[in-house]
Amino acid sequence: MPIDPNYETVIGLEVHTQLRTKSKIFCGCPNKFGAEANSQICPVCAGFPGVLPVMNREMVNMAIKTGLAINGQIKKLSVFSRKNYFYPDSPTGYQISQYDLPIVEHGELFIDLPDEPKKRIGVTRIHMEVDAGKSIHEGIVGASWVDLNRVGTPLLEIVSEPDMRSSEDAGAYLKKLRAIVRFLDVCDGNMEEGSFRCDANVSVRHYGAEKFGTRTELKNLNSIRNVMRAIDFEVDRQIDLIESGDKVVQETRLWDANKNISRSMRSKEDAHDYRYFPEPDLPPLTLEQSHIDDIKAKLPELPDAMAKRFQDEMGLSEYDAGVLTAEKEMSTYFEEANQIVSNAGKKNAKATANWVTVELLGRLNKDGLSIEDSPVSAVNLGKLVALIQTGEISGKIAKKVFAHMFDDGGDPEKIVAEKGLKQVTDSGSITAEVEKVLASHPDQVEQYRGGKTQILGFLVGKVMQATRGKANPAMVNKVLKEKLG
Amino acid sequence: MSINADTVKHVANLARLNIPEAEVGSYVDQLSQILGLMDQLNSLPTDDIEPMSHAVDILMPAREDEVVNGDNREALLACAPDSEQSHFRVPKIIE
Amino acid sequence: MFSDPANLTLANMSELLKKREISSEDLTQAFLERIEGLNPDINAYITIDRAGAITAAKEADKRLDAKQGEPLTGIPIGVKDLFCTKGILTTCASKILNNFIPPYESTVTSRLKGAGAVILGKTNMDEFAMGSSNETSHFGVVKNPWDKSRIPGGSSGGSAAAVSAGMGSATIGTDTGGSIRQPAALTGITGLKPTYGRVSRFGMIAFASSLDQAGPMTKTAEDAAILLQAMAGHDPKDATSIDAPVPDYMANLGDGLQGRKIGIPEEYFASGLSPDVARVIEDAKKQLTELGAELVPVSLPTTKHAIPTYYILAPAEASSNLARYDGIRFGYRCENPEDIRDLFFRTRAEGFGNEVKRRIMLGTYVLSSGYYDAYYLKAQKVRRLIADDFKAAFSKVDLLLAPTTPDTAFKLGEKTNDPVQMYLSDIFTINVNLAGLPAISIPCGFDKDNLPIGMQLIGRPLDESGILSAAHAYQQATQWHTRSPIL
Repeated sequence: MPIDPNYETVIGLEVHTQLRTKSKIFCGCPNKFGAEANSQICPVCAGFPGVLPVMNREMVNMAIKTGLAINGQIKKLSVFSRKNYFYPDSPTGYQISQYDLPIVEHGELFIDLPDEPKKRIGVTRIHMEVDAGKSIHEGIVGASWVDLNRVGTPLLEIVSEPDMRSSEDAGAYLKKLRAIVRFLDVCDGNMEEGSFRCDANVSVRHYGAEKFGTRTELKNLNSIRNVMRAIDFEVDRQIDLIESGDKVVQETRLWDANKNISRSMRSKEDAHDYRYFPEPDLPPLTLEQSHIDDIKAKLPELPDAMAKRFQDEMGLSEYDAGVLTAEKEMSTYFEEANQIVSNAGKKNAKATANWVTVELLGRLNKDGLSIEDSPVSAVNLGKLVALIQTGEISGKIAKKVFAHMFDDGGDPEKIVAEKGLKQVTDSGSITAEVEKVLASHPDQVEQYRGGKTQILGFLVGKVMQATRGKANPAMVNKVLKEKLG
Repeated sequence: MSINADTVKHVANLARLNIPEAEVGSYVDQLSQILGLMDQLNSLPTDDIEPMSHAVDILMPAREDEVVNGDNREALLACAPDSEQSHFRVPKIIE
Repeated sequence: MFSDPANLTLANMSELLKKREISSEDLTQAFLERIEGLNPDINAYITIDRAGAITAAKEADKRLDAKQGEPLTGIPIGVKDLFCTKGILTTCASKILNNFIPPYESTVTSRLKGAGAVILGKTNMDEFAMGSSNETSHFGVVKNPWDKSRIPGGSSGGSAAAVSAGMGSATIGTDTGGSIRQPAALTGITGLKPTYGRVSRFGMIAFASSLDQAGPMTKTAEDAAILLQAMAGHDPKDATSIDAPVPDYMANLGDGLQGRKIGIPEEYFASGLSPDVARVIEDAKKQLTELGAELVPVSLPTTKHAIPTYYILAPAEASSNLARYDGIRFGYRCENPEDIRDLFFRTRAEGFGNEVKRRIMLGTYVLSSGYYDAYYLKAQKVRRLIADDFKAAFSKVDLLLAPTTPDTAFKLGEKTNDPVQMYLSDIFTINVNLAGLPAISIPCGFDKDNLPIGMQLIGRPLDESGILSAAHAYQQATQWHTRSPIL
């Protein structure tokens, strides 16, 4: 969205992903969302006196996976540090994080934009850290409550380079990153529940300027749409400030999704001084190359590679391949459906892709549903496409069957059988219907024979009507033409 | 690097310590004295020396990703100065 | 009824218990009575756990009767009040933990209990182990049993005084900058600081995490060996714990000094040493030579920078370690906090004592923006140089000998208003913590006022056997460690 052609927008994103380990990062408490308050805490995560952190092996492996997936350098030596600050939901008074020696540096990912395919966005670093608890304010008279269940949830902070130039870039980056962590199965990517959180650093500058403008940090962005809206709002705000002779103040701003505005967080009573120093309770983390190689060998297929396979091996368009790999659930759905079609002996990935991207997604979008909530299962959609491919039903009937499946569920084979929708391919009965139609429409027959061949469509329609759509349209065409001479 | 009353107040704020105005002066004196001791380190060349964060060279051990802790809620909340409905209770936090 | 446990060593008691000549219950009862009699004056204990001790003693007697005893079964000991003990008040001698009853157990106490030891109670200490005189305790000063107008040393002053006064067969202390060895020297007992990582820190309330280490405080090196055997070893709950086999310290105790090279670091014998200490250490050197050791002059040139290095690094770590005391989840909370800020500021200001606050301030300052490189990073680099000095020395010698303290115990109150003078009294002990090495302090004489003097034997990493056997050889040939104060 070119807001003002004289200005260039510069965006960097910091994404916090909660990792799907079984236990917390430094203790054996469960790492699960939604448990009763303080039911998943122990002396270690609750910051009691004398206790010590011990690293979760799987956390490190997930960090390595994510680093490899974004083509980053996995550091053989990384170090945990303490970030010191007081807050009621940070029970130790410091956050164990990585500071000057993170586990991953120099990564990248590629985003697909309509006018700029495969745009590269650098990933500065990925570091491991621990999540904080939650303070609850609303509905409590004269007090706040602290729930420490979330303390100790393993987090990866993924920091991009300031390589994005529009809210669309940012949206595409987040979609791609979310797809990657979900394909890796390290994070569920749920922005609303906070397992995939994004802060945006935004600045503007005149085109051609070398230096970046003063940036602000946007927080409380709980959906990709809100990230994009907040960026657009912020870019407008900054340009307005500059145009009216004011200066942009470096600050943190909170997005209010209800009012579609951001507001400055009241400046803290003191400037941050996190006093980072190496965590004395945790020795440096060293990794063997063989360990990294093992993880690399076991990496699942990632969105970009999968999209390429869909194009190279299945002949899908770049667009379809992109849509089908944008989300893990989407690609899984497509592959499962396509397998059913192949099993029926009628390989036609394009047809399957078409049904998923056009019919299914069209209807899901209309109803505001995601692919996970689809009332039509992948297997059933595959069966439906197979029925078309084998000529059991026509495409037109298929749409009716699909609507039925979407509204009431069910197996398309049964629906077709129960409702008698099976395509009539027997030439005898089609010929009989054709003869009836010709007999009852002598005028149109006359016109056709007189050279007005486009009248054929009308006659086909009449035959289809008479067979309640079940006749194979190709055969109807063929027989009609024969009979009309 | 000298310490004055503002430094003491700034540091006390970072450390979340209430220091009465009357005591600021003695903190200035004592911290200055102690930091005076530190200045002798400047005489030591250390440019190429690797900083030492741990007393012994050991590598990070790791534990298996297993849930081993049960519900400690009651035992831990029992230690709290104030709790309410399974939460630690604190004065109202104003964002 | 067993009436006078004070003159026995832990090893003696273990033998008598095993032979069933005494019962753990009688022994425990006798210690408890002695503690109850002396504590109002000496103040070595913050908490006396009479009921728990008697129950544990009865359990121990059952095991001993069934011939299932181990060397520590039924042995009554005291534990510094910074080891978390499940169900027993654990204060760290601070107001901020004056009501803290941990729902969990430290690895050290868990192992000691597992080995059959009977915990008599929790010993007094400097608040959060910050101090060299045991005068910073929220629960009052501890008096030196040799002269009750003097300090017992710190921070494990209660543990030291308890052993010296016979208020327990032995105690457990912790040593961050000399907190086991210095009070051991000043009270005439044996104190061992193991290699960093040899003993688990889990459940031990942290002062400076990269320096803290727990160890035994005893009458003899042999007793220290028995206790260390139970305490040492890898703990999966402590990521800095060393995963190496634990030798049989008792089996190696008789190795002797024949042919062993003992380094004499010249910097420890320079000016500042009191004449009495210098004289006594000279005698000890002769004694060690007579026992077959070869004395070799060595140099540890960075030694003189140890104090500033330590007083940057330890407070820095402490400032962060002590951030969790915020009045929310445990411990003291100020009355009627107005808001969350008031809760933090007032709880911490009221809950921590002056020395602790001073160190939090110092540590916060040296880590703060603009000063990190000049102080913290610089100190970390000097720490490396100090450790390298020791490495170089240990390429030539097996052990190092040094005085533990420059002087004997000073008067109560003498240095409380002069933190720098107080810090300087750690001069001979903190190098060892910075380098992570094991060291033992053993009694080696008395000054003109009949105050005990200690010497340190410092070993290579994980060579606790080496220093214990050297100390044992010395104690076999001398009587200093057998002297007790008259109470």
